[in-house]
Amino acid sequence: MRELLVDIKALSLEMVTLDGVARVLNGVNLTIHRGDLVGLVGETGCGKSVTAMSIPQLVPQPPARYSGGEVRFLGENVLEKSEEELRRLRSRHIGVVFQDPMTGLNPVFSVEQQMVDALLSKQDLLAATAWGRRWLPSSRMQRRHAQERAIALLRRVGIPEPEKRIHAYPHEFSGGMRQRVLIAMAIAGRPDLLIADEPTTALDVSVQAQILRLIAELVREIDLTVLLITHNIGLVAQLCNRIAVMYAGHVVESGPVRSILREPQHPYTRGLLQAIVTEKTRRGTLQGVPGSVPSLYEPPPGCRFAPRCREARPQCTAALPRSIQTAPDHQVACVLYEE
Amino acid sequence: MLRYLLNRLLWIPVVLILLSLVTFVISRLVPGDPVKLAAGPQARPEQIEKMIEEFGLDRPLPEQYLRYMGGLLQGDWGYSIGNRRAVLPDLLTYFAATLELTVVATVFGLLVGIPLAVVAARWRDRWPDHLSRFVSIGAVSVPVFWIAIVLQLVFGQLLQWLPVSGRFDPRQSYPQSITGILLLDTLLAGNLSGFWTASRYLLLPALCQSLLVIALITRQLRGDLLDMLRKDFVMVARANGIQERILWSRYLMKNAMIATVSMLGFLIGFALGGSVLIEFVFDWPGIGQYATKAALLLDFQVIMGSTLFIGVVVVVVNLFTDLAYRLVDPRIRFS
Repeated sequence: MRELLVDIKALSLEMVTLDGVARVLNGVNLTIHRGDLVGLVGETGCGKSVTAMSIPQLVPQPPARYSGGEVRFLGENVLEKSEEELRRLRSRHIGVVFQDPMTGLNPVFSVEQQMVDALLSKQDLLAATAWGRRWLPSSRMQRRHAQERAIALLRRVGIPEPEKRIHAYPHEFSGGMRQRVLIAMAIAGRPDLLIADEPTTALDVSVQAQILRLIAELVREIDLTVLLITHNIGLVAQLCNRIAVMYAGHVVESGPVRSILREPQHPYTRGLLQAIVTEKTRRGTLQGVPGSVPSLYEPPPGCRFAPRCREARPQCTAALPRSIQTAPDHQVACVLYEE
Repeated sequence: MLRYLLNRLLWIPVVLILLSLVTFVISRLVPGDPVKLAAGPQARPEQIEKMIEEFGLDRPLPEQYLRYMGGLLQGDWGYSIGNRRAVLPDLLTYFAATLELTVVATVFGLLVGIPLAVVAARWRDRWPDHLSRFVSIGAVSVPVFWIAIVLQLVFGQLLQWLPVSGRFDPRQSYPQSITGILLLDTLLAGNLSGFWTASRYLLLPALCQSLLVIALITRQLRGDLLDMLRKDFVMVARANGIQERILWSRYLMKNAMIATVSMLGFLIGFALGGSVLIEFVFDWPGIGQYATKAALLLDFQVIMGSTLFIGVVVVVVNLFTDLAYRLVDPRIRFS
């Protein structure tokens, strides 16, 4: 069996806002093994990003508050780690690519400064080469070294003329180029896990494919394990080998891509797949999922999907459905399979 | 860049000509007779006649204006009708005092204001934030002359630690003027006891004047820091393992300082025009006092001189502020 990298068990999280307490995650279970390419799909606001960002602990607290469960990374619960331990975890073991490349880089520092800082901090050299020690010969050597590595990384992610472009400021780069820079920073430490939070949503369609191809190439090259967050199932089918489907703060179904795309078990997954336009879709037959996402402030009892579910039964509202294995490595949380 | 600079410099004369016209017209339209005020109630008519002739007040206004401006071009700033002293040397002396006060107050304001803002933002809605809010709102809502008088009472009268008026101890020999800035002059002359005396005289007025700087910087910078903290690049920096200490001092600070720099430029330009209230309460011989006294006496050549001088200073400070902008924000292009 491959090494278990991430093990999220019964994770619950609340957001304390002016409107009250939103129960954003409600007992989330998710595992990622080394070498997995997991696609985490679901509607906006279902808790995909919060779940993923819980692994490197990048969910701002407050307003967030963990109310139960654990997040194990390489066996250790990150909810119990100190700020410094988390920083090391982020810098060495987990890379993150965010949704909006336009705002992900600091506008008043050159790409070089930001990349060099990121590279040095991944080697734990940033503090030792900053401020007063910045002009020591050893610091300057480290920085020059990091600069060379940064140029190599930029070349790898497809920035033309990286020796020149590295001195530019973020506003001199296009969205796609900025996302490439951010990807370069994220993979710089050869992380065990790369979290990509809707990495192409904010980009032009023509650029989206390029960025996806880049990520796919990097995965092969440096044996990355990836958690891809998206609401685009087509993307998952292209890139991933596993899918986890989330609905209103709960993972309703997870399993191998083929198994889920061919035989979706959960009524919500089926609805999602029916909502995709393919060449076979005939005019007027496109279906969505009726109803809308429940309020997280007062979630419905039991299965949160029950109010929208065509196959709902009385016992759906009684308790949260257990997770049931219906095929090898394929889990679904639905009472339909409880026999 | 160079073109931008030249362009800005070319505007200075235009601004000054407009300013001089407005000041000239207003100072002549004001009711009251500067000659009678200067000559005093016992002056004989022929004396007044002679003064009117001496200052060219019998000529038509456009001619008076052109003669004044012509003199200015040749470096002649005229002289005071009140005390018959040349305007320019006095102006420079008084301005040096204001400059000294402003620089020290601003530096002090920055040294206190920036850490206060950082602490307030770092521990938002906790006691350091409340403390900094109390200090800054208190400093702007209480009149500055009231604070000045309280400081005088406490440190001058009660504790007798510090002098409360003037620039230097009258019992000591006044330092020889090199720059007119006493802290510099005493240091240049190696006169450490003089430096100490000048510092003691400067402390209370500078403290008073720095309060506004502290208050405004703290509020502005705290808000901007909190704004920046919500930006995506902060999340990216954290995800890349950048230490919080470096994140705050480097990544957040440079972004957040942009608005503060422009505000600081405005504050400095304003302060270099003289802080009249503080100068009067502490009897600090600054340009604000000089100009105000001239205005009360309708001392027209002093009014013209000081207005134009302050005008130049404000324009130059603004220019420097714009240049400082560029240092902080690479997105700004001069064109």
